[in-house]
Amino acid sequence: MAGKNERIFVKGNEAIAMGAMDAGCRCFFGYPITPQNDIPEFMSKAMPASGGEFVQAESEVAAANMLLGAGACGVRAMTSSSSPGMSLKQEAISYMAGSDIPAVIVNMNRGGPGLGDIGPSQGDYYQSTRGGGHGDYRLLVLAPSSAQEAYDMTHQAFDLAFAYRSPVLILGDAIIGQMKEPIVRCAPTLADPAEGKEWRLEGTAAGLKAKQKPRAHRIIKSLFLMDGELAGQNMKLQAKYNHWKNLVEFETFEVKDAELVVVAFGSIGRIAKNAVRQLRKQGKKVGLFRPKTLYPFPEKALAKLAKEGKRFLTIEHNLGQMVDDVRLAVRRDADSDLFCVYPGNMPSPDDFVAPILRALGRK
Amino acid sequence: MSRILVTEERCKGCLLCTTVCPVSIIRQSERINQQGYKVAEVGADDMGKCTGCTSCATICPDMAIEVWRSKKQKKVA
Amino acid sequence: MAKAKTAPKAAPAATAAAKKTAARKAAAPKTAAQKAAGQKAAGQKTAGDEELVFTRPDSLVDRATHYCPGCHHGIAHRMVAELLDEMDLAGRTVAASSIGCSVFLYNYIKADTVESPHGRAPAVATGIKRARPDKFVFTYQGDGDLASIGMAEIMHAANRGERITVVFVNNTVYGMTGGQMAPTTLIGQKTTTCPGGRCKDNEGSPIRMAEIISQLGGTAFCARGSLDSVKNIRQAKKYMRQAFEAQTKGLGFGFVELLSGCPTNWRLSPVAANKRITDEMIPYFPLGVYKELEGDGTCGSLIAPGTASGGAGEGK
Repeated sequence: MAGKNERIFVKGNEAIAMGAMDAGCRCFFGYPITPQNDIPEFMSKAMPASGGEFVQAESEVAAANMLLGAGACGVRAMTSSSSPGMSLKQEAISYMAGSDIPAVIVNMNRGGPGLGDIGPSQGDYYQSTRGGGHGDYRLLVLAPSSAQEAYDMTHQAFDLAFAYRSPVLILGDAIIGQMKEPIVRCAPTLADPAEGKEWRLEGTAAGLKAKQKPRAHRIIKSLFLMDGELAGQNMKLQAKYNHWKNLVEFETFEVKDAELVVVAFGSIGRIAKNAVRQLRKQGKKVGLFRPKTLYPFPEKALAKLAKEGKRFLTIEHNLGQMVDDVRLAVRRDADSDLFCVYPGNMPSPDDFVAPILRALGRK
Repeated sequence: MSRILVTEERCKGCLLCTTVCPVSIIRQSERINQQGYKVAEVGADDMGKCTGCTSCATICPDMAIEVWRSKKQKKVA
Repeated sequence: MAKAKTAPKAAPAATAAAKKTAARKAAAPKTAAQKAAGQKAAGQKTAGDEELVFTRPDSLVDRATHYCPGCHHGIAHRMVAELLDEMDLAGRTVAASSIGCSVFLYNYIKADTVESPHGRAPAVATGIKRARPDKFVFTYQGDGDLASIGMAEIMHAANRGERITVVFVNNTVYGMTGGQMAPTTLIGQKTTTCPGGRCKDNEGSPIRMAEIISQLGGTAFCARGSLDSVKNIRQAKKYMRQAFEAQTKGLGFGFVELLSGCPTNWRLSPVAANKRITDEMIPYFPLGVYKELEGDGTCGSLIAPGTASGGAGEGK
């Protein structure tokens, strides 16, 4: 293990696994799919070595349901997958959201639809930010753009999952997962043994301690058939999601005097930053806005920039998904152009220069 | 002597108990409970025949039968 | 502990009288379990020279169930609750309920419970047990849940030898959704989605889960019992106890299948439904122990005494 502040050179996938280990993750349930395989491979060694549990499940469906079971016991647990596998996990994710079970889920987004390819893509933006499965729910969605951020966000995701009793999603892609970069790990922490004490399943203690009255048995469920019961649960969920608005995080770069703000997230946000840097050197008044939380979306910050008279160009690695959220955020004062990188293509900063100039020139 | 106690509000009138009583003393009554089922009963005259075998309670899906057995009949293990 | 390594013979097409005889015989020599239950109850309630020998176990909630008249879920629930009490497991039990009529398991059994998606209870239970190995973990699933949509989860949980117990209620139909064809529906049996009767050419044959589960490496105990008669219910409870013990002794995966009636969806009276189990289900789904490991649970210590003693061929 690296000493304090020691930089280690790891893949983004490994950084995620390390983030989980250092946050006190005790169980990992995985299933092979490219490009996230480094995560379960890392965990298959690290988990047993630290007294935790690693299970290679029979399917992504089962892995996500194992996560549900562990989460219901108030134990820090995680699963990871990539796009086609994420489709299969949606069942359990919906149940976890509906029954307030904390969990951390990682999606290293690959090209789609269908089998697509094993390269990077942001095609799962809608799925990630709109819940993903059936019913009306949301996940907290964190989108790293570097290995360090992948580590930090995964670490943070466990605290958020338990603070809000909700599944939290890390949305990366093949670039983030496969790229090797230096990271600095923080001191590993163990989960508080009392975490989730008020709600977790651990038995009623009936008969275990003489003279102590067993507590009523606890039920964690998402089936609410009684009149008004489900509406009540949905109101609770909405209140939770509203509260998340305080958690918004984003990065801005050179936006202060920018005429055009490029909006991009994850790996594309990082590539776009280089394009913006290049154009700044040429004296172009462009900036970058990179949401780090995709849900909650930093709509207020974007609206403020729109009010200041800035224009927007959304760049994403799909056919245009986040652009909807950008347009909703800035709708009173502005609009957003869109430049799509089609999943299957690998972009470079140079690819973004012309589209940014085009958007800058458009009045 | 032994006897059974039928919790009539729990009885669903399935009559499975009537098929397993070794002395055939359980029958359907004419009483209808709140759920609308005709409940099982043992006639007052017949209760003395109850052996306390617990068969009726064992097959009752609704935990509607309790069985009391006289201590004298308790078999020594 | 009562051990039953041989299958009880499939009950003959029983007349009421024959059943009564069987019941009387079964009632005479009490099992240890019943004695324990009786003593426990007696400890709680005595009145004069009487003692209460059969009453609600502590772990069974005192409320009316939503089940139809003659439905066997109530019996299976009671057996689970009795064993939780008798084996002193109630206080450290976490259950994974399933989808189907028994989705409300948590309304009836006083155990911490998490609801699982359809068929996924063995995966959820895996997550629970891996997270909290000190807990007693069981699932309670029907045949639609376990043998159809949840086939992958049950097979792999058994194969991994998860230290969990699965109570499998097989009543040959999807009950809660209104009596559709299940993987265990018998050939010729009419349901709302095979109105002409299940046809082997079109729908395949009914799946025998106990036989399948017994073949998997991690299974420590696997048996099929039936809830159609007093004798079979008592035997089934012994099986369930052994399936629980497979976990408490750390031997591996415990599985007990319970042939059960669904009078409503079979369009039969409860009494006729029980007779159908005797006459039609048991011949196709033979009762008995299909696998039983002994040992202390450590690698290499487990042996299977004989092989599947149950079943002994199909049909009669």
